[in-house]
Amino acid sequence: MNINLTLIGQMVAFLVFVAFCMRYVWPPIMAAMEERQQKIADGLAAADRASHDLELAQKEAVDRLAEAKKEAAGIVDSANKRAATLIDEAKAAAVVEADRVKELANAEVEREKAQAKEQLMAQVSALAISGAEKVLAAEIDADKHANLLKQLVEEQ
Amino acid sequence: MAAAGQEKTVSDYIVHHLTNLTYGKLPEGFHRHDGHTVAEGGEWAFAHGADEIAAMGFNAVHVDSLAWSIGLGIIFCALFRWVAVRASADTPSGFVNAIEMIVEFIDNQVKDTFHAQNKLIAPLALTIFVWVFLMNLMDLIPVDVVPELLLLAGVEYQKIVPSTDPNITMGMALGVFILMLYYSITVKGFGFVKELTMNPFNHWAFIPVNLFMEVVGLLAKPFSLGLRLFGNMYAGEMIFILIAALFGAGIFWMLPAALLQLGWAIFHILVITLQAFIFMVLTIVYLSMAHEDH
Repeated sequence: MNINLTLIGQMVAFLVFVAFCMRYVWPPIMAAMEERQQKIADGLAAADRASHDLELAQKEAVDRLAEAKKEAAGIVDSANKRAATLIDEAKAAAVVEADRVKELANAEVEREKAQAKEQLMAQVSALAISGAEKVLAAEIDADKHANLLKQLVEEQ
Repeated sequence: MAAAGQEKTVSDYIVHHLTNLTYGKLPEGFHRHDGHTVAEGGEWAFAHGADEIAAMGFNAVHVDSLAWSIGLGIIFCALFRWVAVRASADTPSGFVNAIEMIVEFIDNQVKDTFHAQNKLIAPLALTIFVWVFLMNLMDLIPVDVVPELLLLAGVEYQKIVPSTDPNITMGMALGVFILMLYYSITVKGFGFVKELTMNPFNHWAFIPVNLFMEVVGLLAKPFSLGLRLFGNMYAGEMIFILIAALFGAGIFWMLPAALLQLGWAIFHILVITLQAFIFMVLTIVYLSMAHEDH
């Protein structure tokens, strides 16, 4: 329990170690720890921001999807309408065309009928005249009676 | 007769364990244990026995205390410097993490107690805590191991727990005291004089009374700091030595001594940490008071 020079020695050693710690130990460790704290804080903030962004993106995606569905439905609807109109138009056009063709055909038939009738009349009158010529060859003057027959044909 | 002889042996054992390896200056004319007389001008030598140590007085060094204390201080500096070099903002690995935990713990303690701006306080607190803890930790090494090994090597005395030496604890306490005075004067200036003379009775007539009370209060701080640590560690060491002596008391004492040793060692883990912590906290508190102007 003697107080001696050891006291001074320990005091000097103490101050030296404290100075060493203050100069070479404390600052680098604290700097590293503070830097890490900052890094972790930044990381957490970034994660927060990212999750917020994700939420926004999901909301937007849902909105976009709904919009797209609506648009698609509109497109299908209008296409259907258009198709219906096209069909109707085509139907109407076909009916008109059919009528026209029918009319044309009828007119042709009518014309051909008239022609045939005329030919037939001419042939019948010629035949009648030739027949009558044969019957009346002797006594009937062809020129005199031809006038009569012509009159007959015209009366017909 | 036999009992008296045995008692002497045990007390010799205890005294031997409590004697420091002392290197000092013997005064001239001193008769040494081997018969020769110290020549004129004195003689520097390793002391043999209590009377030689007493004769050396202040001119002596406890080689063992200083060697262990400085050695442990160097271990502290090397360990923490090793970590300081490797510390980075990346994920810390095991040992670096452990050291950083200690540093953060100290930093929180300082931030809780010390509110002024001073870059010295935290490193000071760290040094005190870890160094005192390491010195106290030597207490857990069985008391005979190192002294007996060194005795084989020819070293007569060895006390391996530096904090059981009042020179060591008071040396640190006085170091803190110097810092207290330094900061009291630089931070408060004349306010420090006023604090010593005008407290607690704020009247010029009470200046002598105030001065006396304040100076006693001021001086009590380093003594309470140093002697608390010394007292606790010395008592703990003493009990370890007594338990060690109990092992030699006979075969039937082996088991109780072993149990006592185990129990006291486990309890001491708490004591050494607590004493290091108290020394550190009181240092922070005292220096914080030195920075606070009234």
